[in-house]
Amino acid sequence: MSTPGQPLLTVRDLRSYLATSQGVVRAVDGISLTVHEAEILGIVGESGCGKTVTCRTIMGLMPAASLHASGEIVYHPHGERSILNAPASELRALRGAHLAMIFQDPMTALNPVRSIGDQLLEAVNAHADLSRAQARERATGLLERVGIPAPARRMRDYPFQFSGGMLQRVLIAIALASSPRLLLADEPTTSLDVIIQDQILSLLLELQEDTGMSMILVSHDLAVITEVCDRIVVMYAGQVVEEGATADIITAPRHPYTRALLDALPAEGQHGKPAPASGRRGPLRSIGGSPPSLIDVAEGCRFAPRCRHAVAKCRSWDTELIAAGAGRHAARCWRQEEIRGELADETGRSSA
Amino acid sequence: MSTMWAASPSELLMRAATKTAGRRRSVTRRRMTLIAGLVMLGLVIAAVLLAPVLVSYSPTAIDPLHPLAPPGTPGHLLGTDQFGRDLLSRVLYGGRIDLAIAFGATIVTLVGGTIIGLVAGYVGGKLDSFLMRLVDLFFAFPFLVLIIAIVAMLGPSVFNMFLAIWITSWVAYARIMRAQTVVAKKQQYVLAARALGYRPWRIMFRHILPTTASAVILFSMVDAVGNIILAASLGFLGLGTQPPTPEWGVMISDGQNYILTSWWLATIPGLAVVFTGVAFSLIGDGLADLLRAGDR
Repeated sequence: MSTPGQPLLTVRDLRSYLATSQGVVRAVDGISLTVHEAEILGIVGESGCGKTVTCRTIMGLMPAASLHASGEIVYHPHGERSILNAPASELRALRGAHLAMIFQDPMTALNPVRSIGDQLLEAVNAHADLSRAQARERATGLLERVGIPAPARRMRDYPFQFSGGMLQRVLIAIALASSPRLLLADEPTTSLDVIIQDQILSLLLELQEDTGMSMILVSHDLAVITEVCDRIVVMYAGQVVEEGATADIITAPRHPYTRALLDALPAEGQHGKPAPASGRRGPLRSIGGSPPSLIDVAEGCRFAPRCRHAVAKCRSWDTELIAAGAGRHAARCWRQEEIRGELADETGRSSA
Repeated sequence: MSTMWAASPSELLMRAATKTAGRRRSVTRRRMTLIAGLVMLGLVIAAVLLAPVLVSYSPTAIDPLHPLAPPGTPGHLLGTDQFGRDLLSRVLYGGRIDLAIAFGATIVTLVGGTIIGLVAGYVGGKLDSFLMRLVDLFFAFPFLVLIIAIVAMLGPSVFNMFLAIWITSWVAYARIMRAQTVVAKKQQYVLAARALGYRPWRIMFRHILPTTASAVILFSMVDAVGNIILAASLGFLGLGTQPPTPEWGVMISDGQNYILTSWWLATIPGLAVVFTGVAFSLIGDGLADLLRAGDR
């Protein structure tokens, strides 16, 4: 029933504003994105650009008291009605069974006083009616599938007896317990070391291929994203600044921010592979300045204060996403045609 | 002498082994508190339950020929009171009521207060505000005065004493539990549980309660001691158990008239109260150490 290429989840003009004591934080400010069947969509951006809030809003996990959300989140197998602000019971039925999420820090995402097996069995039983033996079998099978040695024995262990990488595997097993159609992975490898990071990513890739589920992979690490994802959404200050197929994004970025992120990658890519950005070498380039406050949002392009290509108009006027080229490649920069050569050209980097 | 900077592996092993041994000793020492408390409480419970076997006198049987016999009198190990009733028998049978208060009153308020606090903290909003203002209301009254008022209104009896404690004592548990729940609610594992589509009651009782229960359990040990003292106080004031039924507070109250001539009448039930109270306190301390030590 899942045909690759069909939209599975569509987010339209999503805004999540959070009321805080300092003012209203416009954490997510009008983003649209689509996840297709059997697709891995990457969301990349600096810390605090709204990636996590996007995921949690999709899952309906934001605290209702402080959140003001608008827009549409359509999960197509559930009908064309938006699930944003849907009744709690409706969302609860979707969570776990259809939409699952894994978190950044595996050390704190499991209950410390309950055994791994107890928590895994709970997830297995949550959305299915299984006998005790069947549930146990499924639970050990899941642990084995995610690469936990001696699963039957380790079911009795507690979270503190596992390493971070192993815990993330357990969390993946728990998330997959009721075969979700869409897995939201919010920085799943950020708190792990590089070797383990690679193992977890390969595991996620493998599982995605086996089950045909879709995945949203969130990371601040463009290297991780380019390695795994089919398509990439680049976020900056609560907005989507560029989206397109992975190959298009890394070979022909259309937004200065994407270019800057690519420049910030080490020339020798991670895990000894050549860097995605055409194997260039040279000093690392960081992006000067820091992301803007999302409380007092200035007029104009949000990246303008840090952009090497900004002109006066950028500071007072902003554009929507502009489609560019083929294959749903789009960028939120009105100068993208003018500066195209500079963005693609390696030597353009030395001018700033 | 360079061992400070470069220890050989065997030395390191030695040092680590000493440390492990030390830690094991301190764990044992901490457990000793708990074990001592449990043994003492076990003795009290056994003595109280085995009262019919241990003593041959009825606690209310009057012996007019031997009033105010001192402890050690043949046949009356702890002596007799002003009516010649056997003091040992009265202490043992009286303990039944005091222990019933310690357990019965405490368990009900522990469970009730915990559930109320858990729900208030997790659900939040108006329900939370309402329940916590109710708690504030109870805290605003002097506790003992409130209990005395309730018992006086309902009429003095053991059951009404229970009722008064149930009505007033849950508030402390509710407040502790609510505070714990509000903190736990923000933990990542609770968020993860919600992301799996679990129902609120499941998240409350299976995810939040196991990590937060230790605080209320520890408090219940202190509260049990308090309830024994309270039962004794109410008995002392004539609002609890009615004569001739023995109860430690009542016995202390009756004995005070004879304190200068027959010290044992008030002292022995007083010691029973202290002994039981210390037992609960030791259990509470031992549990606290154990739960704090188990840092997982």
